[in-house]
Amino acid sequence: MSRQVTPSQTAGPFLHIGMLWPDGPTVVTDTEPGAFWIGGRVIDGAGDPVADGLIETWQADAQGRFASAEDPRGTTTDFRGWGRCETDAQGGWRIRTVKPGPVPGPGGTVQAPHIDVTIHARGLLRQVLTRIYFADEAEANAADPVLAALPDAARRTLLAQPAEGGYHHDVLLQGDDATVFFDH
Amino acid sequence: MTDTTAGDGLDLPGYVRKVGDPALATAEYGSTTYRAPSRLEILPHTLTEVTGPAFGEDRVTLGDADLTRQRTGEPLGERIIVHGRVLDGDGRPVPDTLVEVWQANAAGRYMHDGDRHDAPLDPNFSGAGRALTGADGSYRFTTIKPGAYPWRNHPNAWRPAHIHFSVFGRAFVQRLITQMYFPGDPLFGQDPIFNSVRDERARLAMVSAFDLDETVAEWALAYRFDIVLRGRDAVMFEEEDEQ
Repeated sequence: MSRQVTPSQTAGPFLHIGMLWPDGPTVVTDTEPGAFWIGGRVIDGAGDPVADGLIETWQADAQGRFASAEDPRGTTTDFRGWGRCETDAQGGWRIRTVKPGPVPGPGGTVQAPHIDVTIHARGLLRQVLTRIYFADEAEANAADPVLAALPDAARRTLLAQPAEGGYHHDVLLQGDDATVFFDH
Repeated sequence: MTDTTAGDGLDLPGYVRKVGDPALATAEYGSTTYRAPSRLEILPHTLTEVTGPAFGEDRVTLGDADLTRQRTGEPLGERIIVHGRVLDGDGRPVPDTLVEVWQANAAGRYMHDGDRHDAPLDPNFSGAGRALTGADGSYRFTTIKPGAYPWRNHPNAWRPAHIHFSVFGRAFVQRLITQMYFPGDPLFGQDPIFNSVRDERARLAMVSAFDLDETVAEWALAYRFDIVLRGRDAVMFEEEDEQ
């Protein structure tokens, strides 16, 4: 008999007390080659900013490697790969990182560069997970198995757009243009 | 273990779908109305999902696990020990994983600009703690029993006393944010967050157990809270075979 898994509960509006790190948003330092800022806003179904939330990111390094003992290929990088940023009064967040390399996917596929993103906030009874892909990786995106399973309009909600200093990416929790979220 | 190199495809055992998690939208918890995504797509568990960050001792200092000794004086309230183990769904300990906690003080007030509850702050209690699990998945905090507090979700709404927990696990999809409750809380019945977990067995998995054995005489009562993260898919296949 397997154990009852502990259910999720909302992180609530005061998550900052326990979850903020001074270096949370800096996955890499400024001196890292290829470093950029990627950021945007988190918006709710009424069009209001989610001002009391937090996003977390997880990604491979520029060569597609993970600093995790769970990678069956072995760990050959010390890249932290993980970022965390609270949202501000405008729902804004940003992470300093590098573009991840391609990562093997199921069935012999190659996944396009992507970042896994979870959002924690009051009103979210469990974390929600989405992905960020890069609009300037058209060829790799076309071959990505996760993007391929989505209709065109939905796929577009996952594409970060090149912007000054890096990339821009808004996350819409609800509505006709809502960002794609994944059951995981 | 699959023997592949970067660039090849990689088929990996995923993690079991969680049973007992709350739905994203519930009518009783008002804040879900404009925030809960209404539609979820399926995501296969790829290398990105089955790996996750690892944090070391540099993320935790010795005092982080004792919330009663972070300031100049001792906080007011009932001193308690909260301890347990982090396990996965197969019962295996999860060692060296980061556990973060945050909570209200004994009067039910958070040290946070957004908390407007008319109850006193305690200058000696920040309500934040961190610990890294040991080789057997164990963790241990010393803290103050948090108070219940009102919120505006519905008329005369009060949250049962709780401690927020954030646990990383081995994989990004094992990540867990939850709340630990105290046994027998009279506020359980009217709390839409606690009751967002509809299954009773799952709901009770969020309630700590009074632990007389770990109580330190003349000093502090103890509560045990084991945290169970998702297990690997192999368990699910076995269950399917039994059908």
